[in-house]
Amino acid sequence: MKIDRRQFVAGTAAAGTTAFLPNVVQAADSIKVGSILDTSGIFDLYGKPMDKAVTMAIEEINAAGGIAGKQLEKVAYDTQSNMALYTQFAQKLTRQDKVDVVHGGILSASREAIRPTLRKSKTLYFYNVQYEGGVCDRNIFCTGVTPAQQAEVLVPYAMEKWGKKIYTLAADYNYGQITAKWIEHYAGKSGGSVVQTDFFPLDVADFGSTIAKIQEAAPDMIMSALVGGAHLSFYRQWAAAGMNKKIPMASTTLGAGNEQVVLTKEEGDGILLAYSFSKQLDRPENKAFLDKWQARFGSTDDIHELAVATYQGMHLWAAGANKAGSVDRDKVIEALESGVSITGPTGKITVDAKTHHVVTDVHIVEVGDQKMNVVKSFDQRQPVDTQLVCDLEANPGDTTQYEIKI
Amino acid sequence: MDYAAVVIVEICYAIAVLVLISAGLAVVFGMMRVINLAHGEFITLGGYAAITAHGLGVPIYLCILIVAPVVVGLFGLLVERLIVRFLYGRLINTMLATWGLSLLMIGGFTMIFGNTTTGIPTPIAGFTLGRYQMSGYNLFVILMAVVTIAIVYGVLKTTRAGLIARGAMQNPEMANAFGYNTSRVYMMTFTAGAALSGLAGGVMAPLVGLNPASGANYIAKSFITVISGGTAVVSGMLSSATLFGAVSQIFTFLSTSVIGEIALLVAAVVLLRLLPTGITGRFLKDRI
Repeated sequence: MKIDRRQFVAGTAAAGTTAFLPNVVQAADSIKVGSILDTSGIFDLYGKPMDKAVTMAIEEINAAGGIAGKQLEKVAYDTQSNMALYTQFAQKLTRQDKVDVVHGGILSASREAIRPTLRKSKTLYFYNVQYEGGVCDRNIFCTGVTPAQQAEVLVPYAMEKWGKKIYTLAADYNYGQITAKWIEHYAGKSGGSVVQTDFFPLDVADFGSTIAKIQEAAPDMIMSALVGGAHLSFYRQWAAAGMNKKIPMASTTLGAGNEQVVLTKEEGDGILLAYSFSKQLDRPENKAFLDKWQARFGSTDDIHELAVATYQGMHLWAAGANKAGSVDRDKVIEALESGVSITGPTGKITVDAKTHHVVTDVHIVEVGDQKMNVVKSFDQRQPVDTQLVCDLEANPGDTTQYEIKI
Repeated sequence: MDYAAVVIVEICYAIAVLVLISAGLAVVFGMMRVINLAHGEFITLGGYAAITAHGLGVPIYLCILIVAPVVVGLFGLLVERLIVRFLYGRLINTMLATWGLSLLMIGGFTMIFGNTTTGIPTPIAGFTLGRYQMSGYNLFVILMAVVTIAIVYGVLKTTRAGLIARGAMQNPEMANAFGYNTSRVYMMTFTAGAALSGLAGGVMAPLVGLNPASGANYIAKSFITVISGGTAVVSGMLSSATLFGAVSQIFTFLSTSVIGEIALLVAAVVLLRLLPTGITGRFLKDRI
């Protein structure tokens, strides 16, 4: 390109002006936050609010001055509930966009699809979802609750209230299988027993015979780790048979996608749950969070456990990066491992250096009038399941997802 | 003793569900040889129609028994006039067209009702049977299946319209030569089949969590039932539904629902190996 004198003068003048404008963010100078979520397709019920949570967290961090004086920029991809797209977009995020951190993944399958890519390219990864536990990898931080964290408080609490004989119903894949083992473990520890455990493929929608079998076994309570739309039929058929008045129930899964609103009052009332988040949790941080969400997106109806975990995961990463004074992967990991805490809507969460999971508050929640009313809070529960198998301080090179044997 | 009664009720219920979800398909496929791959979505549409009407304050039995079949029947009429009638006798083309229709309907449900699970409460309270608590609505489902079978059988066997329909399906040219408008007969039959699917959707709505992709849960089982039943609409469907319902429930009670589902599929494979034309291809020939 040839530059004549007139253009040169105009150009330098323009450059001069920009130099004196402090608030202009230059693209090359901002921090890129990669987000990879299913915001369409069958998992969008989970993905859409998580995407909103990423947006809101980035806006808050930017308003507070960004990280090390730099503003954040969101680079988001919609994986359309298609596992094949995860690897593709993870490559794009690391090679083309060269992001500084990736938050996202919903199903465990999606996490396992992108974890190796992100590790190889030395891109820090945050997985902000309630999952089966056991991932042991220094490049990843898992900020959701794991089965032991729920079962550890829920099983003894429900047993004390209702009795010692438990009948477990669980989804037939790794989350359900692992959760069922933990339920049995904590039932035994509290002096009770699981009389039977039934597993159901995700598309089973008819539970008539199961309901008869449960009555034959006559347990004191039901523990449910059923997952997804078809399994929701169980709660309806259970109530239709009038069983909800006879045998009480607790669940580690109901409510994660706001199912308590889909069930009617009669169907849902009285079911006990254990989560780190509930909209009804009476804490100032939670109120502030809900108000902000309401103001930003118009309605808090869609918020769920996973969206809040994503929101807190973003802030946890920002706290680590601010402590490190940079977004360099190794520095952020070291800072987070030194024991960074934030206080979010669910209460205080702290990184557990050995497992890269979080120490979090878990609340026992009772469904009532389609709300999740907190009945008791248990502060600072350790990720005991992953701690059994994972020690990143001793083996920093570990990359396994362990199947936890109890 | 009570337990035996419970098992028997559950078996009847499983058979009733198979009968309800297959009835529409049996009419459309059994009589017209049209493979309607959107059958599952027709059922789902019935469910959504019932749920929407219930949300608008319509009494629940009206939603289930009137609104759902009427809405889906009218929708079926539209589909027959706009798509299916151009494709009679072209099996592969009909499959492709109705498969496209099913994708379109899933997309439509997602846009209108959102990608979430919805439902309506069951209108009937549970009852006790000895030591056991049972769902009263299950008995209603069984009753509806009996009524459905009775109506389909009655119409086909005893009314003039049924006779004309059967005649037109068996030999369209001859029916035409007698002065019957076969195109109209096809239209009415398809509409009736769709209405039966709608009824199934309405009746099942209080028992399941309905979402846009729910149709997939029905379609495989209804096809297995209809194809294993063979050519006779009522006796074929009834015999295969009884066989599969009983097999799946007995195995479910003996072990788990996974084994129950497997047993159903194994039974279907064995049956079709031994009787490739279905149960009524060998037995009960020339029945309805």
